[in-house]
Amino acid sequence: MAKTAVQEFTKGLWAEIPPFRLVLGLCPILAVTKTVENGIGMGIATTFVLICSNILISLLRNIIPKKVRIACFIVVIATFVTVVELVMQAFAYPLFLKLGIFIPLIVVNCIVLGRAEAFAAKNGVVASLADGLGIGLGYTLSLTALAIVREVLGNGTFYDIPVFGPTFEPFAFMVQAPGAFVCLGLMLCIMNMLGKK
Amino acid sequence: MREMLKLFIAVVVFSCLSGGVLAAIQNVTRERIEYQQLKFVKGPTIKNIMEGCSNDPLIDRLKIVDEAKEMNLFVGEFEGKRNTVAFETFGKGFGGELGVIVGVNLENDEIIGVGVTTHSETPGVGSRAKTDPDFATQFKGVSILDPFKIKTDGGQIDALSGATISSRGVCGAVVEAGEIYKRLKPTIIEKAKEKQG
Repeated sequence: MAKTAVQEFTKGLWAEIPPFRLVLGLCPILAVTKTVENGIGMGIATTFVLICSNILISLLRNIIPKKVRIACFIVVIATFVTVVELVMQAFAYPLFLKLGIFIPLIVVNCIVLGRAEAFAAKNGVVASLADGLGIGLGYTLSLTALAIVREVLGNGTFYDIPVFGPTFEPFAFMVQAPGAFVCLGLMLCIMNMLGKK
Repeated sequence: MREMLKLFIAVVVFSCLSGGVLAAIQNVTRERIEYQQLKFVKGPTIKNIMEGCSNDPLIDRLKIVDEAKEMNLFVGEFEGKRNTVAFETFGKGFGGELGVIVGVNLENDEIIGVGVTTHSETPGVGSRAKTDPDFATQFKGVSILDPFKIKTDGGQIDALSGATISSRGVCGAVVEAGEIYKRLKPTIIEKAKEKQG
């Protein structure tokens, strides 16, 4: 445990950036990255859940009996996800309609449970907070990066603002499901090449 | 056995706490969520019907129980008088239920506008009931107490070509709205006055 909180934070942004290095959380990243707005919204929702569940689980790590820890983690995570869902309905209803089923599905996102089990249950509160924040931001960045590529090429817009002018013929393949797979694969490939040195 | 009990209690306590927190948050956000849902699902149609009103019909809505069903009635203010009301009824369309909002002038029982909200009609055929303004304007200015029927059924409404069943569904919803209006008119007038104070 010699690592500082800063190191825990920065590892989520590069060395352990979730979709590209840990290859986790791929279901939402394929489904919601049609537009930048959706990508950022989903990223922020997941980050919030990650931070809150990491803090709470870290605080309670000595109280929760080992044998039922997964059940307790899921209850904690599901609670925060429902909070996000309610708040989003109340304050960002159009975004809620677009993300739809993928908000409740954060509960079963491997990243959140993975961090709870692998990190928060074994580390202190500050380190867990830093870890949650780092992984959450890393996930948001990945979602946004993929969404930018898909929205700009597939729809000719960036955050609903046209970038190429009216003569641009959108590359519609990119906003469909196969485009998501291809795009994610290429990004993984680039990340691996950069990581090799 | 004692350990089993401990595990059991841990999970129960966790679930209870989580339930309590969620209930509290749900309580706080309920009103706002209801408003948001109305705003984004029915709001555009209501705005269309109540064009030029000086209040927000979504805020000035009345809740009246009609035959054991709670209904939202949206009151519109024109020239300082709360003299119009709009509410949603359902007819049987080609693809299922067809939601129609009907706006009525309380002074002379005339329809000020009709708009389709939720539907599952065939895109491009029955869906024109929502998008074709010429179809909806046929209802404008007619008394809501009139029997509405499409011309093939011996009535006065020109059906959308190729979408007889959808058109019939809209007529059915408007006729139903007339029935409800007949029953509720005294209550509506009373309550609308009360609100205006």
